[in-house]
Amino acid sequence: MIEFTFWDIVRNLLLAARWTVLLSLAAFVGGGVVGMVVLFFRISENKWSRRIASGYIALFQGTPLLMQLFLMFFGLPMLGLRIEPWTAAVLGLTFFASAYLAEIWRSGVDALPRGQWDAGASLGLHYLQELRLIILPQAFSITRAPTVGFLVQLIKSTALTSIIGFEELVRTSNAINNATFEPFKVYGLVALIFFVMCFPLTQYARTLERRAAH
Amino acid sequence: MAFAWLPGAAGDIARGAVTTVLLIVVTTLAGTFLSILGAAGRRNGPVLLKRAIGIYVEVMRNTPFLVQLFFIFFGLPSLGIRLDPVLAAILAMTLNMAAYTIEIVGAGLDAVPVGQTEAALALGLRPRQVFIKIVLPQALKVIYPALTSQIVIMMLESAVVSQIAVRELTYEADMLQARTFRSFETYLVVTLVYLVLSMALRRLLVTGGRRVLGAGVS
Repeated sequence: MIEFTFWDIVRNLLLAARWTVLLSLAAFVGGGVVGMVVLFFRISENKWSRRIASGYIALFQGTPLLMQLFLMFFGLPMLGLRIEPWTAAVLGLTFFASAYLAEIWRSGVDALPRGQWDAGASLGLHYLQELRLIILPQAFSITRAPTVGFLVQLIKSTALTSIIGFEELVRTSNAINNATFEPFKVYGLVALIFFVMCFPLTQYARTLERRAAH
Repeated sequence: MAFAWLPGAAGDIARGAVTTVLLIVVTTLAGTFLSILGAAGRRNGPVLLKRAIGIYVEVMRNTPFLVQLFFIFFGLPSLGIRLDPVLAAILAMTLNMAAYTIEIVGAGLDAVPVGQTEAALALGLRPRQVFIKIVLPQALKVIYPALTSQIVIMMLESAVVSQIAVRELTYEADMLQARTFRSFETYLVVTLVYLVLSMALRRLLVTGGRRVLGAGVS
């Protein structure tokens, strides 16, 4: 029987938290890239691309993330891909994030007055130039607060990847708890670590919101 | 893909779905009630209560639901509070949802013009009557769409309580796939059940809200 001191527990949890941070960043970046593609479909002038994108978003916002992770974890091997918890976690969270980010940014695009498009067109810009130079910069800038808010949600969502076996903060804490039988202390510390990661971002999102309101 | 197991599993899936629905119904009622108290306390209560509610909201909003659930189910027994899985799940879901809806209800209370309160007081209503009969109904009408979204989000989040062996939809899926060895198909079917549940729940809340509150929800 190994004895765990308080600092052993804290050290192990902090080491595991690195994976939570890494997973959050990977999913945020991946979700941003895929989310851009979904956004293009969502605001396209073609009715069918818009419908497909809306369906994609509704699918991910209408089912539990846990189910999405399970489908990733058990589904990809059926396509002949060897998959590990890390891959399933990153891919699952990437698609999850892409749906939410696309919807957030779409609200930004919709909020811009029609005149922005018209002005771009009258300057002789074609569709992609309009998007790149006029529409998207403004849409991103007015949706910065909800985007940061979603990052907080994403960090919290990484906890679910423990269930498909990815060794992040929560899975490590389960293992430590099984060895120490101190759930109050262990899960309290895990909550504290998540809080330290999320709270500054929440505050930042609030600052952005207040700045946008003025 | 093979779905030969499906007819024999329909009963289990239906039972799980009923439990999921029951969990969210209880959570919605308890969570809304708690958030009305919380939002009122945060506005009119003593300073200490205001600060406590503020801390509670921040802590719940900045930690994962799964960790809250584990803390309540595994952690609280060391303080002598031992809950069975269903109670722990309902408690965790209610506390989690209330943290979000306290802010929503609060925003609704702020949206009701002060003149409404003044007029009601001038008519001789007591402060409690003013809150229950005048301010609260108007506030609920304003926030109803946001409340609806939060309820649907909580329903989807409730999949996690399978981890403490509450026999809801996800738990039944876990059991089924262990029996049938058809993991992907099982989770696919159950995911679709969740999709139907969340769409039906939203529809029900929207039509119900329109009828009861006259809230303009689309």
